[in-house]
Amino acid sequence: MQYVIIGNSTAAVAAAEKIRAIDTAGKITMISDEPYHTYGRPLISYYLLGKTDAERMKYRPADFYESNHIDTIFSTRVEKIDAEKKKVILSDGKKVGYDKLLVATGSRPFNPPMEGIESVPCKFNFMTFDDALALEKVLLPEKSVLIIGAGLIGLKCLEGIADKVREVAVVDMADRVLPSILDEYGASIVQRELEGHKATFYLSDSVQKFDGNTAHLKSGKEISFDILVVAVGVRPNVELVKDAGGKVGRGILTDDRQETSLKDVYAAGDCTESYDITAHTSRILALLPNAQFQGACAGVNMAGGEAHFTNAVPMNAIGFFGSHILTAGSYFGDTYVEKSGDTYKKLFYSDNKLNGFILVNMPDRAGIYTSLLRNATPLDEVDFEALKKDPALMAFSAQYRAEKLSRRV
Amino acid sequence: MKRIYVNEKWCLGCHLCEYECAFANSGVTDMVKALKGKKIHPNIRVEDRGDVHFAVNCRHCTDAICVRSCIAGALSFDGEMVRIDQNKCVGCLTCVLVCPYGAILPDDEGHVAQKCMLCTNNFTQEPNCVRHCLNNAIVYEERD
Repeated sequence: MQYVIIGNSTAAVAAAEKIRAIDTAGKITMISDEPYHTYGRPLISYYLLGKTDAERMKYRPADFYESNHIDTIFSTRVEKIDAEKKKVILSDGKKVGYDKLLVATGSRPFNPPMEGIESVPCKFNFMTFDDALALEKVLLPEKSVLIIGAGLIGLKCLEGIADKVREVAVVDMADRVLPSILDEYGASIVQRELEGHKATFYLSDSVQKFDGNTAHLKSGKEISFDILVVAVGVRPNVELVKDAGGKVGRGILTDDRQETSLKDVYAAGDCTESYDITAHTSRILALLPNAQFQGACAGVNMAGGEAHFTNAVPMNAIGFFGSHILTAGSYFGDTYVEKSGDTYKKLFYSDNKLNGFILVNMPDRAGIYTSLLRNATPLDEVDFEALKKDPALMAFSAQYRAEKLSRRV
Repeated sequence: MKRIYVNEKWCLGCHLCEYECAFANSGVTDMVKALKGKKIHPNIRVEDRGDVHFAVNCRHCTDAICVRSCIAGALSFDGEMVRIDQNKCVGCLTCVLVCPYGAILPDDEGHVAQKCMLCTNNFTQEPNCVRHCLNNAIVYEERD
């Protein structure tokens, strides 16, 4: 059996591990356009921060490919999938045949058309280790940085560089930072903290025009900068599957076994859509744990096993300079709120289910809330009044506890 | 494989396991020096309500969601237990966000995660919570 995996990050690695656990003899080939040993992609900001380095960033041990008997083709793009002949065609013209193919191509930065952007001499995206290495080279204490985008990528970049440069300005069309995961109050805590690290925010605003090292904003304000980072958003890499005739929505569409509409072609990770059980809709969940869950599911099925991934839930753990923001699920329904200074808890619930939560600087035992989301636990089966205040197993039935604490899990 | 199991009906709620855990993982072999006047951050936590008490620590799940979710590859299952490599951990707390037992925690400074490694990583070399549990409410044994 020939397994080909396009990608070398979380979903790809998870699939390879599952395949190898089931099929010890099949040939596994991983193809990536990056040159590196698999690395934790979200670690690039921690790299700039000095909290990790190239060696410790390795997502799997140094002998990962060797010990799992995985062939690698790095620094090479896959240009085309020939689903009929079951081959992929590489950027160097070579062809690689497959019996089972995984597309784990991830996403790429979205660079919207912005007037004058070509006049900016020093500009970056922030998605890959190469992006971080390139940015690192130009960071100097006298430089000022402009980041377009106050989302997860933009703000993690900000954390990574803030203490290495003179100042950082952040522009976002949204009225608050981290708009995809925080409400106004939660965002205000994060913004205050970042402002304490020389960051200036220009919210509900956008760049109308770049003129070299100056950004002219819609509001009329002007920002001078030396370095520009564009972190507006990402786009899933769906083209290989789309061009081969596979079904694609915003992301690649798969069944709950992670198989695409093309036979023997599977997809997992940020290039795909998942069915979010908290929002009751199919959407892109570009999150590392979700990529692992999908990749592992794909790997099992590719190797002839049977796995279904049916409980995708958005979840984010992010923090800045020691703060911790943990969020999950969808924000609708009734709310329970605790706030005190820089700590904030907000739970969202309706129809006997927890829908989502925001926890700012109160991370303890947050996974107990997440388990309610992933299991879609009916709230009348637990002591939800107690859980609101304190995520604890005491709020579950004695039988549940006996199963979890006095048996192997 | 041996695991730590909890017998809820025998737990007295004395919290001694928490102190023994904190001591074992303190790096100091004198219990008084290790604990006196300090706020402890044990890997095992006792829950209490009325007459019900039980200790919770890492279940060392076979297909652990913390391992699967770790963004740094700092958590792994080695066939025996779920281990954390704090040198690789960047302290994002994704593991805290996903553990259904609330059994992996930020360390006392919040910089990395900490968890039970069955005392293989300290001088006691056997689970110190089990060894000192007065009523055998915490045991270390083979079960299905």
